[in-house]
Amino acid sequence: MRAPKKPLRPNQLSYWKNYRAFHVSLMKSWFGDAAQASNNWGYDYLPKLDKPYDLMQAIELMHQGKMNGYITQGFNILASAPNSKKVSEGLSKLKFLVVMDPLAVETAEFWKPHGEFNDVDPSKIQTEVFRLPTSCFAEESGSLVSSSRVLQWHWQGAEPPGEARSDIDIMSGLFLRLRSLYKTEGGKFPDPILNLTWPYAKSYSPRPEELAREFNGRALADVVDPKDATKVLVKKGEQLAGFAQLRDDGSTTSGCWIFCGSWPQTGNNMARRDNSDPTGIGQTLNWAWAWPANRRVLYNRASCDVNGKPFDPTRKLISWNGTAWTGADVPDYKADEPPENGMGPFIMTPEGVGCFFASKAMNEGPFPEHYEPFENPLGYNPLHPKNPRATSNPAARLFAGDREQLGTHEEYPHVATSYRLTEHFNYWTKHAKLNAIVQPEQFVEIGEELAKSVGVKAGDRVKVSSKRGHMVAKAVVTKRIKPLTIEGKTVQTVGLPHHWGFAGVAKPGYFVNTLTPEVGDANTQTPEFKSFLVKVEKA
Amino acid sequence: MSLQSLDIKRLSATTVEPPSAREPITGTVAKLIDVTKCIGCKACQTACMEWNDLRDEVGENHGTYDNPRDMSEHSWTVMRFSEYENPNGNLEWLIRKDGCMHCEDPGCLKACPSPGAIVQYTNGIVDFHEENCIGCGYCVSGCPFDVPRISKKDNRAYKCTLCSDRVAVGQEPACVKSCPTGAIVFGTKEDMKQHAAERIIDLKSRGFDQAGLYDPAGVGGTHVMYVLHHADNPSLYHGLPNKPRISPMIGVWKGLAKPLAVASMAAAALIGFFHYTRIGPNEVSEEEEREAIEEAQASKEAHHE
Repeated sequence: MRAPKKPLRPNQLSYWKNYRAFHVSLMKSWFGDAAQASNNWGYDYLPKLDKPYDLMQAIELMHQGKMNGYITQGFNILASAPNSKKVSEGLSKLKFLVVMDPLAVETAEFWKPHGEFNDVDPSKIQTEVFRLPTSCFAEESGSLVSSSRVLQWHWQGAEPPGEARSDIDIMSGLFLRLRSLYKTEGGKFPDPILNLTWPYAKSYSPRPEELAREFNGRALADVVDPKDATKVLVKKGEQLAGFAQLRDDGSTTSGCWIFCGSWPQTGNNMARRDNSDPTGIGQTLNWAWAWPANRRVLYNRASCDVNGKPFDPTRKLISWNGTAWTGADVPDYKADEPPENGMGPFIMTPEGVGCFFASKAMNEGPFPEHYEPFENPLGYNPLHPKNPRATSNPAARLFAGDREQLGTHEEYPHVATSYRLTEHFNYWTKHAKLNAIVQPEQFVEIGEELAKSVGVKAGDRVKVSSKRGHMVAKAVVTKRIKPLTIEGKTVQTVGLPHHWGFAGVAKPGYFVNTLTPEVGDANTQTPEFKSFLVKVEKA
Repeated sequence: MSLQSLDIKRLSATTVEPPSAREPITGTVAKLIDVTKCIGCKACQTACMEWNDLRDEVGENHGTYDNPRDMSEHSWTVMRFSEYENPNGNLEWLIRKDGCMHCEDPGCLKACPSPGAIVQYTNGIVDFHEENCIGCGYCVSGCPFDVPRISKKDNRAYKCTLCSDRVAVGQEPACVKSCPTGAIVFGTKEDMKQHAAERIIDLKSRGFDQAGLYDPAGVGGTHVMYVLHHADNPSLYHGLPNKPRISPMIGVWKGLAKPLAVASMAAAALIGFFHYTRIGPNEVSEEEEREAIEEAQASKEAHHE
């Protein structure tokens, strides 16, 4: 288990020192009575990762034949992942593929020929594909978490159509069948499956409310004040009010410690809809609930100077009033800690201050450096022209087979970038008639100069090829894309809007990802969709 | 087809005085389209189709962002994309939501020969009542903005209603409701002019010296107005008319030809009347009748021979 982080400087909070309470509560939530101090709270039940299993890693493993089953949930991998051909080959090597999606997405038909847009031979693909239609967000209740950390409850607005079921129901059905197989047939290590708690009223259909109460957590025994054992903070069986009540002795549960407080004994805080803003600075603390602790601005102690006075008195988030931290937000700090004691505002770090270098978390950084994309129009990095190892990011991840699939600027002289249109959302909206009407057919965008040099005018068809494949589409000729002059060389750019494919009600088209390379960003493994090399010709 | 809360001010081809007991207390309404805030997302187009139950064809790409390519009986509004290189050599992507301008002095209504097919409400909205439309297409030639479209299916003219059904119950048009940037706003014409004035001050402070309001006087002003960065040259925006006015032919037809025709019809009736009273009816005598029968008899016999 990860070691609790002790403060590295005097009088710092280092909140991760409570890691053990969070982790034990998680294990109690998942495994109940099977998680005990004697078995290290079931730590051996957990799979341990030897490397990150991100999207491109999974595709690589499929392609190598090392991953033989795949469940894709609300994700159209064939369209969304780079190098569609590699994805298709990977999916073709699977024993089974489960596609859970509210839409009839291409991934579930990767084996089916769709003319030039999906040129495959089904007789050579043995993958068994299960298409499980799911409900859409408006057809179920639950919480949505925004990027401002607000968990907002929503209520079911309609019944899902046909045989569609919620993701929860489908996952429960899969789990119950697997558990019964492990029960009757045994297995190498059935314990984590057999001991998983499943305390729902209808085991095959847990309610979103049950899951939400579970991730908040509850007391398995009376939880008492650490300073006064006679004072009961939460009675046995009741919902916890916040993560400060989590214990490392197995007396509490919480499926996700940062969400503790979203559903206390008083009810569902995520369903609150009071938009009053008493301070007028945009703090609506009673609208839904934000993790952690309903705090709307993280590290808000940093909005005050060392003496606890707000840097901007007109927008006072919190301040020190002589005895406590109070204000328009929930203090992200020890509530009664006087400023003169010198506790830093960054209470999650052992140092109490922010860090440039995040230990072990990042493969590169923190200071900026320029690297050329792996496919680039120069072949060298103008900032480091004599160091070929610094041409492209040396910390980026590139599998050997993918490196072979990189083209050169001699073969592919044009630079391509991919993006989306305002009319569209992901690959979804080509299934919606209205969006199909306003953007019916695939196109690529080229500048006037490039159009002239390849001999096309607006509305003509062009072929765009990369080392990995090609696509054919209508050309939109635009003044918005200008030739670039890089190191004295004229470089033409091609714009490739993502969206189209062979499914949906819009006109069928190619995946732009037919052209994109499988290169993973060093820190996030986000694919390099935005810059690669192609060749544009008249089709 | 009018709603009780939408009093009609003018009807096409009708001289009967419309009811006039009520007047809109807050004046007329207007939709203000701030072209400078538009991102071309076409949410307004889809909201229009959704509210009005319209579904155009899933068409083709024609080498532009404009889709559907043109207005139709199913597309009452379309976005027009224009790429303009200004004198400083900078590119401006001018995106204009095209559709009915709801003229105060509507050329379509003036041109329409079918009673009650085109109406103007007291709130300023110009509406087509298709059940009275005869499909003659005069509204198309009467429109200075090339807006009405004749349906191939039912041969009647269609265009934006400014969501008169929504406005009648105190709601804004569907396009206004859907706009994610607030580029389309709706209210009384006075308020919209005020809002536009504030926007123009802002635009001028950002270096758009020619920013202004498009509310063309040639058609009596409009109930759909634009804020333009280049109000000195509206035609930059996909050919928005610089000085729109109703075709003089409509004036000739309605102002000159129609009264002349009516006068000649009246004259014909008068002459007929006086001819009758002064000269009398055209009577057939018994002799004339007998001669005619004999003639007919003779020609029959000649045929038999």
